Amino acid sequence: MIKYPIEAIRKDFPILSRPVNGRPLVYFDNGATSQTPTQVVKAMEKVYLEINSNIHRGVHTLSNLCTEAFEDARKKVAKYIGAASEKEVIFTRGTTEAINLVAQSFGETFLGKDDEIIISAMEHHSNIVPWQLLQKRAGITLRIIPVNDDGSLDMEEFYNLLNPKTKLVAVTHLSNVLGTINPVEEIIEAAHNINVPVLIDGAQAIQHLPVDVQKLDCDFYAFSGHKLYGPTGIGILYGKEKWLNQMEPWQGGGEMIQSVSFEKTTFNELPYKFEAGTPDYVAAIGIGAAMDYIRSIGLDIISEYEAELYQYAFDRLSSIEGMQFYGTAEKRTSLISFLIKGIHPFDAGTLLDKMGIAVRTGHHCAQPLMDRFNIPGTIRASFGLYNTKKEVDALVDGLTKVKQLFG
Amino acid sequence: MTIKEIQDEIVDEFSMLTDWMDKYSLLIEIGNELDSFEEEHRTEQNLIEGCQSKVWLHAWLEDDKIRFMADSDAIIVKGIVSLLIRILDKRTPDEILNSELFFIDEIGLKEHLSPTRSNGLVSMVKQMRMYALAFKTKMEN
Ligand SMILES: Cc1ncc(COP(=O)(O)O)c(C=O)c1O
Repeated sequence: MIKYPIEAIRKDFPILSRPVNGRPLVYFDNGATSQTPTQVVKAMEKVYLEINSNIHRGVHTLSNLCTEAFEDARKKVAKYIGAASEKEVIFTRGTTEAINLVAQSFGETFLGKDDEIIISAMEHHSNIVPWQLLQKRAGITLRIIPVNDDGSLDMEEFYNLLNPKTKLVAVTHLSNVLGTINPVEEIIEAAHNINVPVLIDGAQAIQHLPVDVQKLDCDFYAFSGHKLYGPTGIGILYGKEKWLNQMEPWQGGGEMIQSVSFEKTTFNELPYKFEAGTPDYVAAIGIGAAMDYIRSIGLDIISEYEAELYQYAFDRLSSIEGMQFYGTAEKRTSLISFLIKGIHPFDAGTLLDKMGIAVRTGHHCAQPLMDRFNIPGTIRASFGLYNTKKEVDALVDGLTKVKQLFG
Repeated sequence: MTIKEIQDEIVDEFSMLTDWMDKYSLLIEIGNELDSFEEEHRTEQNLIEGCQSKVWLHAWLEDDKIRFMADSDAIIVKGIVSLLIRILDKRTPDEILNSELFFIDEIGLKEHLSPTRSNGLVSMVKQMRMYALAFKTKMEN
């Protein structure tokens, strides 16, 4: 194995060396948002300081430079996820907006009363509520794939749910609560067998697992920049051209049109049809820089390093008495959800924070999943490419202290 | 003792503790000592749902004074709940409405009463004042 350049990587993230509550920061809330390396901040700074200008508008030099940088970022994204063409890459505000786009636009074009959409019981609210709104608007029915005790999907039930009324399947690639890696290849194949398209919520997967949308053959794939070491306020919807071409636009405005008159407005071609108004081109360039950064290390090397760190963390946490894990399926990575007997997650999170350790506590925007396990919430430690075993040790020590306080 | 005097007393109790561990230990201890909550009052109506923890608050009038009974599922929150009850229980509506809660700032637990901390405590204090207002209106009629 090549030596993982952890010291150099940590230097790229200045925030990691700041103290929190007088202690060195241990940042284990990467599932909520990841930290941003200097390289990404510099790339965005460069836009503001050197080439800032609205894109696709002017004939002047700055506008051209900025447009080029923006479209270059789109190409980087297309390459990173293995899209057939950059036309299939739409910039959104994040995963949530990407899913809402599909719910609105695909829903408007293709769905009506009695049609069914299959989601799962482990979805983030972002992959539940847009479909519930569609339920209200269009009268579709939501079908839910149950979750097994170990945090895997009940695939048998999935096959039972698939039926001629099914018009779309929307599931998460990697659960933000359980860390489960879902068998998305299998889901996509089964759905395609009866010509049903599949949307994958990749918010937690894209930064940890190699994703090739053509190999996966998914119809839509959504993710956010801010969980991918990129900036906030930007995300991606990948969509197969054949679907995007047929779908109605969802927001109207500048940029998405070809011509406007009061009699007839014609829409621009892909991907602009779905990008109304001035996009956050600075953040888009930032996401391109984040992908450059990841590629400079190598996602395969990152994956391997993270898998080892994950196993180490799981083993060390197992040694704590009263430890209860949520998510023990065979295929999982990147984050660990747990409770310690007799200790409320809020209390644990509050006390860990005093020790400089940032974890997430609560329902993680997945209340139906909390109900499934009949718990109010969990403590979640989620890892990133810059975390270390030493930090895991600090978490274990921290939890031991929390237990002492509860005597 | 007045509301201010009790708060001064609490600030004194905590001021001796400089280490955060000791402070939280005391808070946990105080939380554990909170009078037990009568189950019949653990209703949907008395529930104040924070994003992170739950608080139950029950209030009633006794000899023109307001009585409070409260609980939380998180022990740190329960500790602060307990302090709030020590300060505001058995007060007249006017005392509560005119009170200023400064103890939380002074004992260095300010973050727990900030609106961005969704632990239900901010809503609990608001709710206690609402009860005071409601009982005041009721008593004047
Ligand atoms: C699985 C999953 N889906 C969707 C989202 C929503 O992402 P965003 O808030 O960036 O739109 C998240 C973020 O926590 C997530 O973990």
